[in-house]
Order: sequence, then C-alpha cells, then structure tokens
Amino acid sequence: MLTVNGLRRLHISVSFELRDGECVALQGPSGVGKTLLLRSIADLDPNDGTVKLDGTLRETMPAPAWRKRVTYLAAEPGWWSDTVQEHFTGWGDALPLATRLGLPDDCGPWPIQRLSTGERQRLGLVRALMLRSRVLLLDEPTSALDPASAAAVESLIAERISNGTSVIWSTHDNAQARRVGSRIFAMGPDGGIEESRT
Amino acid sequence: MTYIQLSYGDLALPALLVVMDGVLSLVLRLKLEKQLAIATVRMVVQLVLVGYVLTFLFAAVSPLWTALAAFIMVLFASREIVARQKRRLPGIWSYGLGAGCMLLAAGTVTMFALLTALRPDPWFHPRYSLPLLGMILGNTMTGISLGLDVLTNSLVRERAAVEACLALGGTRHQALLPVIRDALRSGFMPIMNSMAAIGLVSLPGMMTGQILAGVEPIDAVKYQLLIMFLIAGGTGLGTLAAVMGGARLLTDHRHRLRLDRITAEAST
Repeated sequence: MLTVNGLRRLHISVSFELRDGECVALQGPSGVGKTLLLRSIADLDPNDGTVKLDGTLRETMPAPAWRKRVTYLAAEPGWWSDTVQEHFTGWGDALPLATRLGLPDDCGPWPIQRLSTGERQRLGLVRALMLRSRVLLLDEPTSALDPASAAAVESLIAERISNGTSVIWSTHDNAQARRVGSRIFAMGPDGGIEESRT
Repeated sequence: MTYIQLSYGDLALPALLVVMDGVLSLVLRLKLEKQLAIATVRMVVQLVLVGYVLTFLFAAVSPLWTALAAFIMVLFASREIVARQKRRLPGIWSYGLGAGCMLLAAGTVTMFALLTALRPDPWFHPRYSLPLLGMILGNTMTGISLGLDVLTNSLVRERAAVEACLALGGTRHQALLPVIRDALRSGFMPIMNSMAAIGLVSLPGMMTGQILAGVEPIDAVKYQLLIMFLIAGGTGLGTLAAVMGGARLLTDHRHRLRLDRITAEAST
C-alpha cells in the first residue's frame, strides 16, 4: 500500500492511497503537473509531505532504495551508454520481455540511436520492469506507440498488476484510462486531484 | 650568467609593431584599434607594476607579503574561472569552489616543490615561490574551468540519462559517473597535449627566458621538466577536486539531480 499524504510540490497538493495490485489512471491537460506529481512521489524533485510504502516512511531509507521499490518511468527515457545491452545488468534475462514487446531479438549490441522513438519507449519500460518494483509510476508509457504495441504494453502491465504491483498510469487517452485504471485521478490547474471510478 | 640588458628606449622600436597593427586595423576597418590600444596600455601598465611589486617583494623576503601576493593571485585566477563558465554554480560556490580547489592544488604542489626539489632559503622565498605558483595556477585554472564547464553543460544536456539512472535506483555517484569522466578528461587534455608537443612544436616561455638570461640549455630543461611535472600534478589534483565538488553541489542527499542550483547563464 502506497500512502501519499499532503504531498506538495510547487502548486501541487495531493493526498491519496494506492492499494497493492491496483492501477490508477492519472489524467489532465498538458502542463497541469502530472509529471511533477509522479517525479515527486519517486522523490526525484524536492517536495514536502509524507509518502509511505506499507507504513514505512520513504525518508527512513536511502533514496536509491526507495526508487527501486517506487519506480518512475519517464515518457522519453534517457540512455547513459552507447548500446542497448549496456543498460541492463543481465540482458539475457530482459530479452524475453523485450521480444514480447516487439523489439528485435538481436538488438542487444545495437547502438541506442538505431532504435526508433517507440522502440526506445518500450525498451525503457523493459529496463524499469527488470527491477520488479512494488509501485510503477508510468508517465504516458504508450505515447509514442502504435495501437498493437500499446496493447502489448497494456497486457504486460496488467499481468504485473494481477501479481500485486501497484501502478499510477498517466495518459491523455480517455479510452486507455478507463481500460487500465480501476480509478481515475483527474488533475486540475489548481494542483489537486478529483477521483472517479471507472 | 651574462645577459643583454634592455633599456626602455630599446623597446620603442618593437612597440612600433603594435602601432603597425593599429594602422592595419584602421585601413582595413577592422574596428580593433580601440581594443588594441586599451590592451596594449593595460599590458604595459600591468607588467611594469608587477616588475616593481616583485622587486619590492624580493627585497623584503617577508612571509606576510609573499602570502598576500599569493592570495591575490589565487583571487584573480578564480575570477577568471568564473568568467569562463557558461553556467554558474550557486551563490558563494561560483567563486568558492574554483578558489578553494586552486588553493588546495596549486598551493600543495608549490609547497611540495619548494620543500623537496628546490629548497630555497627561506623556503617561501618569493623569487622561487611566486613564479612557481603563477605557472601552476595558470594551468590549474585552465583545467578547473574546462572541467567545470563540461560538467555543468553535460549535466544539462544529459539530464534525461542521469535521471533515468537515478529513477532506477542508481546512486548519485553511479548516475553522474559518465559525465564526471568526460569532465575530468577535458580538464586533463590541455596539459597532456602541451606535454606531448613541448620541445617539438613549442619552446616553453620559462625555458626560453632562462636561456636568454644565460642559463645553460640543459639546466633550463631541468627547470622546465620540474615545472611540467608540477603543473601536471596541480592540474590533476585541482580538476579532480573541482569536478567532484561540482558534482556534489549539483546533487543532494536524496540523490536528486539539482539543476535548479545552476543559477544565471553568463554571457560568453
């Protein structure tokens, strides 16, 4: 259970709870602060408020340990090495996930630049999934994908959710929000969230 | 040692060469004549002043005056480092980091040379300590400013990569390591290039100076080697300290990248 209480960052101020194996869709116009909220939960930006995982305050553990449990995935993930496989501790273990998401099975030694934007977005997801985090904070994870790839991502995440992973999924696609989320958080310009059930 | 002494009168003829540059600028409308005049006057005034200051310092051989001169040199060098940065570190650190690392690196290396290789009497004798410090500072300054410039620019450019590593549970050290390596490489590059080219492409100023002053070439070479070793050490120490310090300042205890701490972008 992820508990967010009085989280404040710039104009944002939110409180909510996220149960194990629950997926919440985060919606709202561009620039309203969805990314800021997700980054703050992962403690990637300075912020105030209490955020707990199973009652354990995030400040009681080192930030890297927190982020391995509560993992933020950017819409355009970054790459710190030249080739695909250098971004994984065990590329062999990641390969089945990668091919399942439609990435070429010989792409390990490829330079990152050889991948398209959509392929990089899926590879970023594979890299994050390898951590087997308790909570995934997905920032528009299918924004650069064609419908077939998006469906593959949705079904892969759905499996994780049924295994107990909690997800906050930010999306501009209303149909996707209703498909993946059991609840929808609509973020407004005032920095708060309005909850609705699907 | 014998050397040919110059009078101020002997300089009049060579100074005409600068006047020639000025005429060229006027004829070709380069609009450099004003800048050229200011630069020339500055150079003459600064050098003559330094000549008198050094004359005084060498006569006084006072630890206090020598330390003050060294301190002023470090201050000017750190101002130079800040002026060369496209992006600046926050508040007092913009000057403090450069000045601190230079004092640490150039100071340590200069002391090391004074106490081991040269051993003048007294050990802080300004005739030895100040020229040594000056040469080491000049090169350390280049290393530090290049290293910091690459660090801040790469962090801004590679922000997505650094934050991807942080978001996946990397520590700030792991996340910044590629950028830190690049910054250190850039800082070390000039001294390595000049070591490789020295003697073939360029005859270093200090060595030529000593040769003009009548020192045997081989003795001048030994001095130059000493200086180059000191410069290499000073640059290494200073650049390492500045880049590691800068990396620490631009992250925080919760392993976040804090680019908000890079304040204004100075005009270059």
